[in-house]
Amino acid sequence: MRAENVSCGYATAFAPGLTDPSITVPEDVVAAPGKRVVKRYNVYRNNVTVSLIDALAAVYPAIQRITGVDFFRAMARFHVRATPPTSPLLFEYGRDFPAFIETYEYAREMPWLADTARIERAWLDAYHAADLPVLTAEALAEIDPVSLAETRFRPHPTARVVRSPYPAVAIFAMNRTDGPVTPLRSSEAQDALVTRTEHEVLVSRLPDGGATFLSHLLEGASLGEAVAVALQEAPSFDIQANLAGMLSAGAFTGVHVQRGD
Amino acid sequence: MNDSTSTTAVCESGRSHSMTRGAHGPVGTSFKHEHLAAIHVDGLKDGFFEVHAENYMGAGGPPHRALAAIREDYRLSIHGVCMSIGGPGALDAAHLARFRELVTRYEPMLVSEHLAWSSHGGKFFNDLLPLPYTKETLENVCEHINQVQEAIKRPILLENPSTYVAFASSTISENEFIRAVVQRTGCGLLLDINNVFVSATNHGFSAEAYLDEFPLEHVGEIHLAGHSEQRDDEDEPLLIDSHDCAISDSVWSLYRDLVARIGPRPTMVEWDSNLPAWPALRTQALSARQIMAEQEMPLAGEASRAG
Repeated sequence: MRAENVSCGYATAFAPGLTDPSITVPEDVVAAPGKRVVKRYNVYRNNVTVSLIDALAAVYPAIQRITGVDFFRAMARFHVRATPPTSPLLFEYGRDFPAFIETYEYAREMPWLADTARIERAWLDAYHAADLPVLTAEALAEIDPVSLAETRFRPHPTARVVRSPYPAVAIFAMNRTDGPVTPLRSSEAQDALVTRTEHEVLVSRLPDGGATFLSHLLEGASLGEAVAVALQEAPSFDIQANLAGMLSAGAFTGVHVQRGD
Repeated sequence: MNDSTSTTAVCESGRSHSMTRGAHGPVGTSFKHEHLAAIHVDGLKDGFFEVHAENYMGAGGPPHRALAAIREDYRLSIHGVCMSIGGPGALDAAHLARFRELVTRYEPMLVSEHLAWSSHGGKFFNDLLPLPYTKETLENVCEHINQVQEAIKRPILLENPSTYVAFASSTISENEFIRAVVQRTGCGLLLDINNVFVSATNHGFSAEAYLDEFPLEHVGEIHLAGHSEQRDDEDEPLLIDSHDCAISDSVWSLYRDLVARIGPRPTMVEWDSNLPAWPALRTQALSARQIMAEQEMPLAGEASRAG
């Protein structure tokens, strides 16, 4: 890339105040004769902050519904100012927001909020991920049973696993739509598998051991290895049910037999 | 960069890109997925739809499905919002590559970007920020436009900005700047009449006088949009380019006068937030079509009214 020969002065002077209201209007920035410039520069400050808060609200609608709009926007404002986007693709923005929520003082009484946000972030990633065919049960059935333990799966680009010690899947499902919110009595841990069918993103709750099983497969472990760690974590782990679940959710796009050494 | 593949992409597809010359310039609107079903029922015959390029830079999924669906029936305009052509830094090579890929994939009738910047120092501000107009920034903007045009193998239309502030360091008027950019890069212009009206009000100049000086012969597309009003430090109107309401009477009036002068041009109604139902947006586009039709065939218009 070639070096730019223009001085960065105007942007370097203009930019810092956009996300820091304590910085005054740059000297070179002016209004028409007889006019003050403060409210005019503030239009840009406001556009930047409000549009980025809106961007986070678009990524995290369930979080906004849970906290209420005022709480959400106050929380998002802190994050936007501390961590503005680095990419012009706003659907990539907010990856650090769940971690920020965990440290946000006023959200401490909602410890499940960050994991619910992680499901929402995975939802949007699945939404924009590449279109590829999903692995079918028929394709898996063609594998020689003798080689089944050595089978490895190619992850579908939409597939994500989100683990939570809280009932994050139920909280997500209840708040992602406009439907009624009922008191949640369960406090069980819930793991999510996020995938996409042809038309919509699916968030499925995984059975015991399922998250470990799928995480290993997504990272390239063989079926035998993944089953072993899943059984170790959850003796009740059901291989047939988990295979059927991952196929119908479309977590993988292909399969191959490769012996690990 | 591989020249041969890029230049032949359009021919290979076999799709026709001829514009509807004759009766009037085509009219279009912003394309919003919420409107897709309604557009299928009652669309915009001979019209086109404009999208923000960045919304379709994901790898796949429903956004591309919706855009491909509308592309089946309509011509497209791809409107870049985040290239940061007016920024002092180098263009984002990854972003430019994504932009090129999108243009190649959807073969739009029109491709446009802004005379503004939105990224600096590794941060993206998601707003169209202003720049001083100097010899130095002129050279830089021209370099950036050349780079974009080289990448996509076609000229872009550059949109005039709406601004709320100016720079003491500017040495060239906005019109002189834009004219020089056109001369040096061969780009066309996207004339946003709402931006002209917003800037004119905010800076206290005449929109008509601005349009008198604008290089109108290079206008390849016109934007119309609604604006909102705030108050400035002196409690006088400060207009915001908000794209969240109907086009104002003042902007319609400027548009009518302009079409009378330069004839029909592809005209697009932008509406980005506080979205109306599709019929309301469609009606705005049809109003633009009506204005072009009236200017084109005043006699026929008289005859039909008389009959």
